[in-house]
Formats: sequence, structure tokens, C-alpha cells
Amino acid sequence: MPHICDDALMAETEELIDTIAGFALFADVPGPRLAAIVHLFEEAAFAEGEKVLRQGLAGSAFYIILDGEAAIVIDGDERARLGRGDFFGEVSVLLGETPIADVLAMRPLRCLVLPGQSFEPFLVDNPRVMYRMLQAQARRLRAANRWRS
Amino acid sequence: MAELSAPFPPGEYPVVVVGSGPGALQVSYSLSRLGVDHAVISADPSAGGMFRRWPFFQRLLSWTKPHAPAERGSREYERYDWNSLLGADPPSTAIQPGLMDGTSYFPSRPEMEANLVAFAERGHVAVRYGCRWTATRRVEGADGERFEIETTDGVYRSKVLVLAVGVAEPYTPPGPAKEHSIHYADVRPAETYADRRVLIIGKQNSGFELATGLLPWARQLVLVSPSKVKLSVDTKTLVGVRARYVQPYEDHVLGGGVNVLDASLDRIERAPDGRLTVSLRRTDGGADLALEFDDVISATGFVAPLLDLPELGVQTVGQSRLPVQTPFWESTTVPGIFFGGTIGQGAKGLQKHGVPANSGAVHGARYNARVLAARIAQTHFGVEPERPHLSAEAIPAFIGGELAGAPELFHQRGYLARVLTADPDGGMRDDGVQPLAHVLDQGGPDALAATLEGDGSGAIYPVIYSRIGGKVVEHAVEPDPLMRFDTVDSRRTILDLVGRVTR
Repeated sequence: MPHICDDALMAETEELIDTIAGFALFADVPGPRLAAIVHLFEEAAFAEGEKVLRQGLAGSAFYIILDGEAAIVIDGDERARLGRGDFFGEVSVLLGETPIADVLAMRPLRCLVLPGQSFEPFLVDNPRVMYRMLQAQARRLRAANRWRS
Repeated sequence: MAELSAPFPPGEYPVVVVGSGPGALQVSYSLSRLGVDHAVISADPSAGGMFRRWPFFQRLLSWTKPHAPAERGSREYERYDWNSLLGADPPSTAIQPGLMDGTSYFPSRPEMEANLVAFAERGHVAVRYGCRWTATRRVEGADGERFEIETTDGVYRSKVLVLAVGVAEPYTPPGPAKEHSIHYADVRPAETYADRRVLIIGKQNSGFELATGLLPWARQLVLVSPSKVKLSVDTKTLVGVRARYVQPYEDHVLGGGVNVLDASLDRIERAPDGRLTVSLRRTDGGADLALEFDDVISATGFVAPLLDLPELGVQTVGQSRLPVQTPFWESTTVPGIFFGGTIGQGAKGLQKHGVPANSGAVHGARYNARVLAARIAQTHFGVEPERPHLSAEAIPAFIGGELAGAPELFHQRGYLARVLTADPDGGMRDDGVQPLAHVLDQGGPDALAATLEGDGSGAIYPVIYSRIGGKVVEHAVEPDPLMRFDTVDSRRTILDLVGRVTR
């Protein structure tokens, strides 16, 4: 498209469907549905050391890691590492609050990105993804509770 | 082969710019203003880039208002003129409105092409036309590494390479469409689709542009892609189908004969008489479909023609092949290679609230080009920018004026920002317009960065970022219903922050 090249940002469907089909988050989603999901997201790449999410800044998004590694950093302290198949950004989007952490690419990072305002319709339209995400959150909560006790 | 009198014969140059569309013209003009010697080469026979041929139906999506609330040729007028390039003085300023015939505030394609040709002439942008870039190498020299740019006219060498070749290579995804469809770029004249059944793959602007043009001709039109259609009037950004092309969608929802489907392409079978049977797998939960068409058109976009740059180490992302870039549009993996024009979309910025920059359009890319030229001039040629001093008392009016009138902040919302840095001797220094991501992530002395932002609700409002003691804090100002940005609220916010930065 010659003026605004939004078409050029369309993700390469087949390769991405194959990739995310292996992620726990999408384990229950049939193929045709995965194609629609992939089209909702934009693919983004980040150089080593680049900030993906910024602590305290409004308007963040939901990210799923396709390749690479990211660190969650709060007030300069690294708290966790995330890798292929992991996701982040959902807490600030769900709560409508700014992120409480920076997320940094620790090596070249490739993600699927969904803008915050598209997150609710995405989950409502895909209840099996919502269920898997709830499971992941339950695991995180259990780990946090164990750490506290 | 270019004529012997053509400028920039093969050889060594401080900078080589490739392209002759709006991106390349603006980079070259801006480099010249900064005194940076460079060569410009282009495979095309004249200026204009993609606008020499497209949009297919010959009218742009980006407006230029001949009569606007700001004086034509002023900096403030650029907010209303999305198509002129940025000249410093007349006659190279606000060229587009003078070339329009008054029938629409969207210039026709020939009017846009004439605008770009006029800018090259009036702005004295010399280009070696008919010189096609064919290959790229990195070579070691006595004074460091440089690029060898092979062309149809010979070899160019430079330490800095700026590619502004557009996102211009037609792209059809692998699969059945590759074999049985033609691309948007190869669509025939509209009248040849008279009384035919046409499937358009893709539901973005190019797909809807074709559908709009074919409405008076085609017997049946079906637009298909896996995800739901997005309209710009819903997203309240340039993401989505623009209002100009919504007519086929209205035809669909009112049952007029156009169908807009959410489905992926399973297979296409061609009968001996040329008819195409297309099997579609619905992505909205509905039953699969097999439909018959006379023509299948892929409106699946364009990719960046980067030739051998990936083999040289330039990292790209996705099938769009946009290079991964720093906030200053430099390859993150091959320093010295910069990108101008629409390829600059690879420097994505913060994309707060999911709102992308307008780098894929002239009214965004023209400001990127100017900032890029200043960056190259500073980092490679020691051309230090002026940093005017502002007293603490003068700062609120200065920032307020920028919020109200700076076209960079309006068109590249949340992407480019006016930056002021604390001066150890008191007051602040005006550090000009810079990429916001760079300002927020680089660290450094106390500073303020002012920009405009939108949150997808339709509101546009000032946001001032402060960096005090290394900590970045965002201060959003209440939106004004008439989109005035130098408001009492914004002045109050600025005044408070200036007091904290300069005390």
C-alpha cells in the first residue's frame, strides 16, 4: 500500500502459527483460530539492552516472547528472566495501571505484541487462552506465596 | 546507464543516499542544509518514488488543506499539509497546496508526484537517476571500515549509507495465493473487471482501495483475511481502513453485494476455463466455504527491498523485512547503515496505547529525515547542533508554543519530542527535536521532553516527561476539547517541572 504501509506490518502467518502452536498459552486453540489470533498481533524485535516495557509509563501492551530472553527489572534490581513462550505486560493492561517493572531485552528478542485496548476482546473471544493464562497466573501466585511463607 | 553529465559519478563519498522518493529527497535536502557532502543515487528516472505509480486509483489518503487555520508556508501550517516536504525557505516550503486543482483536499497522484519533483528542483536536490543499487559489501580501509555499494553505474564507497528505497517490493505470502492471484501492483484497469467476480485477499487500506475502485465494475466483490476488519474511525489512529475507502464495508453491512469475510485461504483450484474455486477456512467459527471467482487479487502489502543487507548482518523483523533499528533509524546490527522514508517504521518507538508513529507516511517520515540528518551530521561529521539557552522564566512560553504549533510533535505523537536539558549555569538548553525513546532510555542530566500523545480514544493531549536525578516520570495534561495544546493546565505542569529541574 503506497501511502501508509500498514499492510507491510502483517506478520508472516504460517511460520508464526507453527511457533505459537507449541506454546502452552495456545495449547487448546485449533489451527484456523490460531491464524486469526496471529493476525491480531504485530511482530516486534528488540536489540540487546533495549527496553520493551517501561516502569511507570502509561499505555503499555501485552507481549509473548517468540525468541530470546528478557529480564524483569524493578527499580534497577533484576527480579526474573523470561524466555520463549513466556508472556508479560498482562498485569498492567488488566488493571489499567502503569507497569511496576521495566522489561529489558537481555539478548535479541522477538515478540508478538497486542495493544492494551485489544487485550480484553482478545481474551473474551478466546476463552481457552484465558483459561491457560489463568493457570499461568495461578502458578505465579503459588510461587510468590511459597516465597513469602 | 546514466548520462555522462549526471551528478555523483561512482567513487568515494562521505555519505551515500539511495532513493528518490520523499524520504531520500528530505534526507538529502536536510544533509545539504547541515553542510554534509553526499551522493544521491536512484534506479528511477525521476523524483517521486512510489508516488510515480501509486495509489492505483490515483488519489492519496493524506490531505493537504489549501485553506487552514495557519498561514501557508508557516511551521504551524505543516499540521494541515501532510504532503509537502520541509524546505527551509520559499519557494521550497508548502509546495503541495499550490499544485492542487481544488477538487479534493486529497491530492491526486500526479499532483503529489509534481510536488516531489518541484521540491527536488526548488530545493536543489541533485540525484543520479537511472543508477540501480545492486549489491553491498563491507571493506576495511586504512582509515576504518566502509561500505562498497555496487550499482549499475559502478561502485560507490562511503562510511555512511542511508537507504530510503521505500517499502516498495510487492509481497504475496507463500501458499495458494502465490500461484493463482495477481498482486495489487499488477491490477489491470478497472473496466477490465466489468461483470466479474473478484476475490481480494487482504482487508487493509490497499484491499479496500481496490474494492472502492471496483465497486462500479465488479459483479461480486469478496474481501477476505483471517482477522476482523479495522476502521480508522474506530481505532482513532491511522491504523485501520481510512474513511475514504469504507464504502465497500458499508455495502457489506447493508447487504449490497460486497462480502467481507474472516477466513484464511486453504486452497485455490483453477478450472480449464480459468474460473477459480477458492476454499476458505473461517476464523470466526463459521462453516468453511468454497466460492467461485474470475479473479483473485492479493492486497497483501509490500516489503522493503533490502537486497543483500540481511547477508551483511542487517537484522530484520517478520515477513515485512523491516530492519530492526535504533531510535535514530540506524541498523542495530550494522552501524553506519541508516534508513529514511517508510523503512523508518522499523524504529517503532514506544507505541503507547498501541498507537504507532506516522513514519510510514510522508507527514511522519519527513520529520524523521530531518532528525536523522542532524544525527548523522553530529555523530559522523562533528556538526554540533546549536543549543540555545533559555532562562527559567522563558521556558513555559517556549514549551507551550511548541506544544501548540510544532508539527513534529503533532504528526509524530509520542515518537518525537522537544527536549530541554538543565544548564549547570542556570535555565535550560534547547536540545531540539529528538526521538522520545532515545530521550527516555539514554539517561543523563535533568531534562524535560514535551510531546503530544493520543490514547486511542480520539483525544490528543500534551505529555511532559521529566528526568530528574535519573528518574523518568510522565506527566499527562488534561485534553482540551478543541485540541488546543498550550492550555492553562499545560502551562501549570510545565511551570512546576521547570521549577524542579532548574532550582
